Amino acid sequence: MTTALPPPKKKDPVQRTRQPTLPPGNRSREAHGLTAMAAIGRFALQTCAACGQVQYPPRQVCGNCLADDLPWRDVAPGGSLLAETRLHHANDLFFRDRLPWRLGVVRMDAGPSVVVHLAEDCQQGMRVRLSLNLDRSGHAVMSARPETPGPEWEDDLQLRELTTDPKDRRVLIVNGKTDLGLALAQGFSAAGAREIFVGHAEPWKASPALDAAKAVGGVTLFPLDVTDTDSVQELAAVLGGKVEIMVNNSYHLRPGGAVDRLDMNISRQEMDIHYFGLLRLAGTFGPAMRARGADGAHGACAWVNVFSAYAQVNNPAFGTYSASQAAAWSLAQCLRAELMPGGIRVVNAFTGPLDDEWHQMVPPPKLTSDMVAGRIVDALQKGREDVAIGAVAEEIMQRLAENPKEIEREITL
Amino acid sequence: MTDGQGLKTAGGKAAGGMLSQLMGGILGGGIRVVDLTMTLQPDAPTIVMPPEFGQTWPFRMEEISRYDHRGPFCYWNNLSCGEHTGTHFDAPIHWVSGKDLPENATDTIPVEKFIAHACVVDCSAQAAADPDFLLRQDAVEDWEAEHGPIPPRSWLLMRTDWSQKHNPVDYMNMTGDGAHTPGPHETLIPWLIEERDVIGFGCEAVGTDAGQAQHFNVPFPCHYHMHGNNRFGLPALTNLDALPPQGAVLITPPLKIRQGSGSPARILALVETP
Repeated sequence: MTTALPPPKKKDPVQRTRQPTLPPGNRSREAHGLTAMAAIGRFALQTCAACGQVQYPPRQVCGNCLADDLPWRDVAPGGSLLAETRLHHANDLFFRDRLPWRLGVVRMDAGPSVVVHLAEDCQQGMRVRLSLNLDRSGHAVMSARPETPGPEWEDDLQLRELTTDPKDRRVLIVNGKTDLGLALAQGFSAAGAREIFVGHAEPWKASPALDAAKAVGGVTLFPLDVTDTDSVQELAAVLGGKVEIMVNNSYHLRPGGAVDRLDMNISRQEMDIHYFGLLRLAGTFGPAMRARGADGAHGACAWVNVFSAYAQVNNPAFGTYSASQAAAWSLAQCLRAELMPGGIRVVNAFTGPLDDEWHQMVPPPKLTSDMVAGRIVDALQKGREDVAIGAVAEEIMQRLAENPKEIEREITL
Repeated sequence: MTDGQGLKTAGGKAAGGMLSQLMGGILGGGIRVVDLTMTLQPDAPTIVMPPEFGQTWPFRMEEISRYDHRGPFCYWNNLSCGEHTGTHFDAPIHWVSGKDLPENATDTIPVEKFIAHACVVDCSAQAAADPDFLLRQDAVEDWEAEHGPIPPRSWLLMRTDWSQKHNPVDYMNMTGDGAHTPGPHETLIPWLIEERDVIGFGCEAVGTDAGQAQHFNVPFPCHYHMHGNNRFGLPALTNLDALPPQGAVLITPPLKIRQGSGSPARILALVETP
């Protein structure tokens, strides 16, 4: 049985907030193959192209036949728990803060035996399901939970260290005036978020989405304009110590490129909202979130950026928009590194075209807001770091991995 | 040298001319200086255009330094905004009807035009009752019957107390069919120009035209006719309730922007006190 996690209490103002510590961090270049798989939620291991042996831990040559062609392939995540143990002492500060800690050895159906972090309701001899997760250092580790998990398994404290579950956490949604902002508020409410703060700019412009968001359980509205440094600073002063999950869904799309539509005002606004907006949020909310990475079982844990997949390859029909997304994506990589010492995960979601007014001239498939929001909440619950949402985004990632020149030449709406 | 009462020339001779009298009034009483300007701040609303059109920048400021590592001696900011932000001056080149007129931009308008007499028509009761209130010729004629004729080259200022709506939602008052704010009727403006030779029109709302003016027969008639006749606009004024119906003098210089269509301006009124 998993011990149910009590809901967070109001913080005792005379207690010190514990400083974040991180699990051991160094990994080899090969081992970062696991990081890549964990980031997107695949359970894949090196598999020898010559003899078929599944490798673990990652290595340069096959442990069986010494061949050096070891492509990453999805493998069966099942196994049986051979042995379990409970650590009551650790010299490492991260585990010392979290004792006792359960570890086990699992014989994988795919072959190797692996040391794993163990959910509370796993018992010796049990069939377990393995997953690759990112730990608070951003490195891949393997964890096991029962093939058929018991009730409230998501409350497992060890697993919560590997995920960024919104349950009982406080979320800030930056832009409540889009359909996606509304869908995110609904999604986080359904996922059990403790409070949902929803930002909105330019209050004199009406927004049906914002009106609807007001009615969502747990939602409170706050003025927030990411183009206004004062506005961002003021809200950070109010909410900085409360936000446990930041969702930057800033969005400003105008069609057009550089040669066919030189308009510095549009292009600057895209940069102001997507790039400088993220910069302002990062510089104001980032420090408080990073400091609260170990603030109990419901501490700060994740920063979500909703990007377009065109951040990764420019679509000239949305040329300057794509460029501003690329700038923001680059900054998000900086943010990821800067928030890592607090154990805060930066989750970048890359969407295909949304089914909204500004994508009117884009042929389907287009994404509904509900689908995007659902995938983002799911990614947080599972502890993902990079999320491709929708067929267009998935295809862009795949084609970029295969041949970036091909998609650069061929991309169209 | 000054003696605390008026100006003296370098030679020590009292300058007893008109400017000396003016300064005496300002320093010694008799002339009150009223600030008709809203504070420029980031959350102040700017005029809203359809989203596929170009948009004006709102007022923004980024701190350069504040006696800190970025500049230990000084506090200062970088600013950005559109020309038509906050309390501002509309130049004739702002509108298509005024695009080819001589001396039509902030850098070419003769500077004496930035000092002018003001007539203030109090429409505050009507605007409180009807946000779409339009000021008409007959109402201005009634005002003249009470306060005297509008002298040539005067500002016609429409007092609505609209600037006292400090919540931007109330100030902009936008619904699905556009903004609902008071302004001049479309037939008033040609009359003010042809029959009264005003220098321009000023008001308290975000623009000199009424909120619904895009739906008029001539869209935005105040802009169209005033600027088409080389006259000016002064939107987003405040403190008009502190001005007398006749007799105030406005000082309205915009920034000297090359081919500027307008600029935020510190608008001052000189008011004689009894």
